[in-house]
Amino acid sequence: MEILHFDQISDDAAIVRLSGRWKTGPQLPSASELSGHLDQTPATRRLSFDTQGLTEWDTGLLSFLKSVMRECSARKIDVDRSGLAAGVRRLLDLAMAVPEKKDAHRSTKSESFLSRVGSETIAFIQSAGEMVAFVGAACSALGRLLLRRASFRTDEFKLLVQESGAQALPIVSLISFLVGLILAFIGILQLKLFGAQIYVADLVGIAMVREMGAIMTGIIIAGRTGAAFAAQLGTMQVNEEIDALTTLGISPMAFLVLPRMVSLTLMMPLLCLYANIMGILGGMMVAAGLHGIKPVSYFQRTAEAVGLNDLAIGLFMSIVFGILISLAGCMRGMQCGRSASAVGSATTSAVVTSIVAIIMATAMITVVCDVIGI
Amino acid sequence: MPHTFNSGATDSRKVNGNAPVISVQDLTMAYGSFVLMRDVNFTVQRGDIFIIMGGSGCGKSTLLRHMVGLLSPAKGRILYEGISFFDAAPPTRSALMKRMGILYQSGALWSSMTLAENIALPLEHYTALSPGQIAEIVSFKLALVGLAGFEHYYPSEISGGMRKRAGLARALSLDPDILFFDEPSAGLDPVSAKRLDDLILELRDNLGATVVVVTHELHSIFAIGNNSVFLDAQTRTMIAAGNPNTLLRESQDPTVRTFLTRGKE
Repeated sequence: MEILHFDQISDDAAIVRLSGRWKTGPQLPSASELSGHLDQTPATRRLSFDTQGLTEWDTGLLSFLKSVMRECSARKIDVDRSGLAAGVRRLLDLAMAVPEKKDAHRSTKSESFLSRVGSETIAFIQSAGEMVAFVGAACSALGRLLLRRASFRTDEFKLLVQESGAQALPIVSLISFLVGLILAFIGILQLKLFGAQIYVADLVGIAMVREMGAIMTGIIIAGRTGAAFAAQLGTMQVNEEIDALTTLGISPMAFLVLPRMVSLTLMMPLLCLYANIMGILGGMMVAAGLHGIKPVSYFQRTAEAVGLNDLAIGLFMSIVFGILISLAGCMRGMQCGRSASAVGSATTSAVVTSIVAIIMATAMITVVCDVIGI
Repeated sequence: MPHTFNSGATDSRKVNGNAPVISVQDLTMAYGSFVLMRDVNFTVQRGDIFIIMGGSGCGKSTLLRHMVGLLSPAKGRILYEGISFFDAAPPTRSALMKRMGILYQSGALWSSMTLAENIALPLEHYTALSPGQIAEIVSFKLALVGLAGFEHYYPSEISGGMRKRAGLARALSLDPDILFFDEPSAGLDPVSAKRLDDLILELRDNLGATVVVVTHELHSIFAIGNNSVFLDAQTRTMIAAGNPNTLLRESQDPTVRTFLTRGKE
């Protein structure tokens, strides 16, 4: 049996007969069937309902009726709702009590390529400006700290030192050990061709101490601690905790950002030093384990090859990375929006910004070192 | 750690003793180019319990965020005893901030600190009290909001309603004379909500505090409010102001009437 049926009772009046089960599902007709009928009978001015055969109904019926009402009001057709069950009428009344807010609809019009390029460029310039402003605010907060005009809680600072320093040791150990091991593996195979296996110590030692130790630590810490900073501050933004500090007249910059920056900048060179040692151990393991080079000779060769210069450059880079990672993490956290998904994007963006900054800084430092010949 | 503080607050109080505590003049609030509310004008007198009301999403909390200095007006001014908050020099501004206590919608307790540390922080920052004195004040403030003994709990270990009350204890830590409440009774059971209303009245009567409350709880509005402003999302401006009880009797505006009678008229 058909559940929807139109009866044209006169030129200007029609009855919509609804029967059977009107439960949400693919079998329900859509309001476009009514439009089709009304298109054929353009003289219709009144519409009523007959629901005597209706056995069950739910939202499926209500949403159909609401579309019918909208269609009828667009065509200026009077709707007589007396034929509907009282419950249906009441629910429809509720659904129509608040008129549709016309300007609430977002325009979904697709932007042209040029305007997208334009708005992306403007957004990029704005974010560059914000970045400069954040760095400036951080510097001024640091200045105030050094002049003892600002302060942060020492308990919190100690906790941050532990989180960004000691607790990062396991992952830093693992990654740097493996990096040293891989470097030695690749290097020793090539050097063997010339019978110069022992020089693998030079290769691993210089690579780790000068560049890889700092870069690997930087990337690990960006993904670990930088992301954590962004997530912590972002969540504080969502919970209005940062507002609560601001309205109390306590600068979130001094209270939240500075301790994170100082702790990470202090911990990074220590972690880097540790990563260097682990990397050299990894290299030594391959040399001693697989190629019979005595650990003592390997160690002596490393000590001869690696100069103080290399160590200083590596540590300098790690300090720069510490500043960059904590700046990026804190900045993205402080700029975070007020929702859970905003915290997610802040975290992602913190890691991306940190890694880009690390690679760019490495490139610059390497070029400068080359130019000045160290 | 606590640093000394200049006494701008008391000075400004002496000079501008007769001015209304808060005066909002021709305020336009906007997010970028989207104007949320325009031409908002009202004054809050000393000792008022001033209600900011209106339907959901009409900009009540945004108005509060403007009043406490978190957002800057797109147009217009907000004066505290005749001093424009946004044009003031940093020391004056920070003296004003010290006089404000704010209860945020979610409580906004600092999650890495215990309740005691949360309440102690403003005291450590602004006063030269000894740790013992601070501990006494902290335990008194917690008792005031019915949380005696919860000093060493972290915000994540207590319920939402308790967090809100702890937030209130923190807002009261410096004995502010201007208090802002953002939807104080949302999420509270009826008994706690009533207690909170009583506490607001006590604070006003005994400490001489001026209170600004954002709420749409009709019961609280009529029980404690003696002045109000009604914001309307449709027209994007304020459509009524005055004592809520008077508005209930005399307002002719259908939106205001529907709101105040819970849709019965």
